[in-house]
Amino acid sequence: MKKQMTSLLLVICMVSCCLCGCSGAPGSSDSNELTVFNYSEYLDPEMIEQFTKETGIKIKYEEATTPEEMYTKYISGAISYDLLCTSDYMVKRLIDEGQAQEVDFASMENFSNIDPKYLKISESFDPGNKYSLPYFWGTVGILYNTKKVKGPIDSWDVLFNGDYKGQIIMQDSMRDSFMVALKYLGYSLNTQDENEIHEAAELLKKQKDDVESYLVDEARDEVVAENATMAVVYSGEAYLGHDFNPDLEYVVPKEGSNLWVDSWIVTKNCKNTENAKKFLDFLCRDDVAYANFEYIYYSTPNKAAVDMMDDDLRNNPAIVPTDDSIKDCEVYEAFDEKTTSLYSDLWKEIKSE
Amino acid sequence: MIEKTLGKIYIGLILVFMYTPILVLIALSFNDSRSRVVWGGFTLKWYRTLFDNSSIMSAFGTTAALAFVSAAVASLIGLFAAIGIYSMKKRSVKVMLFFTNIPLLNADIVTGIALMLWFVRFFPLGFVSVLTAHITFNIPYVILCILPKLETMDIRQFEAARDLGASTAYAFTKVILPDLLPGILAGFFMAVTMSMDDFVITYFTKGPGVNTLSTLIYGEIRKGIKPEMYALSSVLFLLVLIILIIANKTDTVKEN
Amino acid sequence: MNRKRTRFLSTPYILWIVGFTVIPLLFVFAKAFTDQSGTFTFGNVTAIFDSVHRKALLLSVELAFISSLICILISYPAALIIKASGVSNKKTIMFIMILPMWMNFILRILAIQMLISSNGIINHFLTVLGISPMSIINTPVAIVIGMVYDYLPYMLLPVLNCVLAIPEDIIEASKDLGANRFHVLTKILLPLSLSGIGSGITMVFVPSMTEFVIANILGGGKIQLLGNIIEQEFSVSMNWNLGSGLSVTLMIFVLLTTVIFGRTTSESDRGFVI
Repeated sequence: MKKQMTSLLLVICMVSCCLCGCSGAPGSSDSNELTVFNYSEYLDPEMIEQFTKETGIKIKYEEATTPEEMYTKYISGAISYDLLCTSDYMVKRLIDEGQAQEVDFASMENFSNIDPKYLKISESFDPGNKYSLPYFWGTVGILYNTKKVKGPIDSWDVLFNGDYKGQIIMQDSMRDSFMVALKYLGYSLNTQDENEIHEAAELLKKQKDDVESYLVDEARDEVVAENATMAVVYSGEAYLGHDFNPDLEYVVPKEGSNLWVDSWIVTKNCKNTENAKKFLDFLCRDDVAYANFEYIYYSTPNKAAVDMMDDDLRNNPAIVPTDDSIKDCEVYEAFDEKTTSLYSDLWKEIKSE
Repeated sequence: MIEKTLGKIYIGLILVFMYTPILVLIALSFNDSRSRVVWGGFTLKWYRTLFDNSSIMSAFGTTAALAFVSAAVASLIGLFAAIGIYSMKKRSVKVMLFFTNIPLLNADIVTGIALMLWFVRFFPLGFVSVLTAHITFNIPYVILCILPKLETMDIRQFEAARDLGASTAYAFTKVILPDLLPGILAGFFMAVTMSMDDFVITYFTKGPGVNTLSTLIYGEIRKGIKPEMYALSSVLFLLVLIILIIANKTDTVKEN
Repeated sequence: MNRKRTRFLSTPYILWIVGFTVIPLLFVFAKAFTDQSGTFTFGNVTAIFDSVHRKALLLSVELAFISSLICILISYPAALIIKASGVSNKKTIMFIMILPMWMNFILRILAIQMLISSNGIINHFLTVLGISPMSIINTPVAIVIGMVYDYLPYMLLPVLNCVLAIPEDIIEASKDLGANRFHVLTKILLPLSLSGIGSGITMVFVPSMTEFVIANILGGGKIQLLGNIIEQEFSVSMNWNLGSGLSVTLMIFVLLTTVIFGRTTSESDRGFVI
């Protein structure tokens, strides 16, 4: 028996070693290689293969789920990233800390595909569009089940008035949850006024009893499965949510909300900026932008890609939000250290209430 | 008789508890929908597309290589360590066991971050850094599996063999090793299992582009797990099951 | 065996411990006892007494304790039944226990979530049977279920190991001498299997104390255990010093537990050896 066991284990061992060809040597900084850091499931893996095929530049691709997680991994210096895609306020923070390189985006062949409208929005965190290139954008709103709500949903009020006790999913991210409360109270989502922030925190604490759970993107599946009636989600989740469960609708509440832009930056560690630009240019190309759009169904700032959509998609407000729905939306600004730690402390209190 | 039946029911309930989630996952691998919460009918297509999915296949390769190489190295170091510890004085044994227990007792996240802080200083993160981390947390399992075997072993046989003129190496391979083999194998198996299952430590110590199944799954939780992942897990599960059944069969045949 | 000589066989391991266990831990200690500007402080360690952290610690202890207790209550009778049934193939039993671990841990917890969520599989069955559905997801109960599910093998294996090792003759002898079944259990079986239970408790209690993935998935982000708070200090709040300080406190706590239960544990019963 012992012999059999040993030989069996050895066989498994050998087979698996052959399968993988003992993959992965430690990362050397090959000049023809880019280390790219992005949100998970935010880029069609086939496009990476295609890029390597077209240019011969190899991509080492890394993923994270939240901007904070990205920042931690980036700052720890454990891995030297060349390019990274993150959200507006984190882009600002990285620019302010001198982690981003100035890039001449206009010299890229496909840069003109980016709708200037979004460059203008990006100016709020990257004045002059010197460092960042918009990749996807959207709003934050409520995804709800039309069969289970008692009236029209058009205000953040439904999250706080107790009508849907135990049926609400909030975002498990302090900025997004505070945003909801601040907007409901009629304040700016970028307020650094301590009283306003405390007031929002009190509201969120009171609301906790009514909350089913605090989730991030998995909120969509929970509403699809009808484990909850409504969830605060990013607009990009709404299209697939509706696709899986036709009873679901998405709304940006009338009090206004957050408008977010996820952008690419080239880090200061990047040695071969020409290759980095080639990659960004590739992402801006109409067919690539469309493939990436089709991979996740978030709103793209690439007008060439929007032109390629069929009418159904183009007229879907979850995919191409109307100007009207975003007129009361604000972009996040980076906070100073004092407000950041106030937010963290209050958020921790809310979560452990 | 009633007692026997009740006992069987009780054990049955435990097995139901342990295996129902597994059945759910296997069922999901046949689900013709990209969302895990919607049943879209029965399909086998994920088993076909699985092999075309390069990110899953390469993550699987890395996971397997990591598991077997780290378990093998850990078994070797652990075997020698266990023999060493076995022959130490009681106080030294206590100290050694204390340090052996640290990786088991520490929160994974602390071990992961501690190793990352340390690695960053002297070599680039990559496959090797994760491998080192896995060996680190695997050795204790091996040692804790081998030590008890050593304690129940009859050392006089070894001494007798030496007295009869066998070289130390010969006596070791012929007398001690066979006795320890079940312990080594159990340790090896535990180590492979732990390595396959680890997420947190891998996440912090891995280099760019190195992905294991766990880190891949973690990234996918939020956007929805790829159905191919369920297919792969089911295949893996059945494979291990079959291997164990065969191993067991040959075992009983031999005993008879 | 020449004991003096074989002792040196553990040298590679000692080097390994120093290189990859002790030195990295020193980094954690260095972070724990400094603030973000690098000056010495006890603040990160004493931060455990802040109400938020204290609450998380107490809840962690409570859930870990309950999980360990449930694991014992499930495992011990099971071990006795297996012993009585005379199944001698311990290997088979061990493999049955460990086999579920070959399905990825995160996937298994997600499966549990699908089973117990409010519109989940179990509730569907309950509704069909006309029983009112249960709502346990996103409560501490759900987390305990997840922990018991994940760590049950850690309890079952050492307990089983210990119980099976009790010689049948002792039990027979005591019966012959007139002991009833209750006495056999309390005077013979239990005392002789204490060491297995002890190591089982350590094996279950420790990971339950430090866990955060289970609490995240099954607690719906509403329940903060100390593990969650540490994880967030590292990955969200970016306060590595506080994270390290809390980790050190957690380590001390865990060490205390193992010392308490370790007393009943003889070295040979540690682990899950079959």
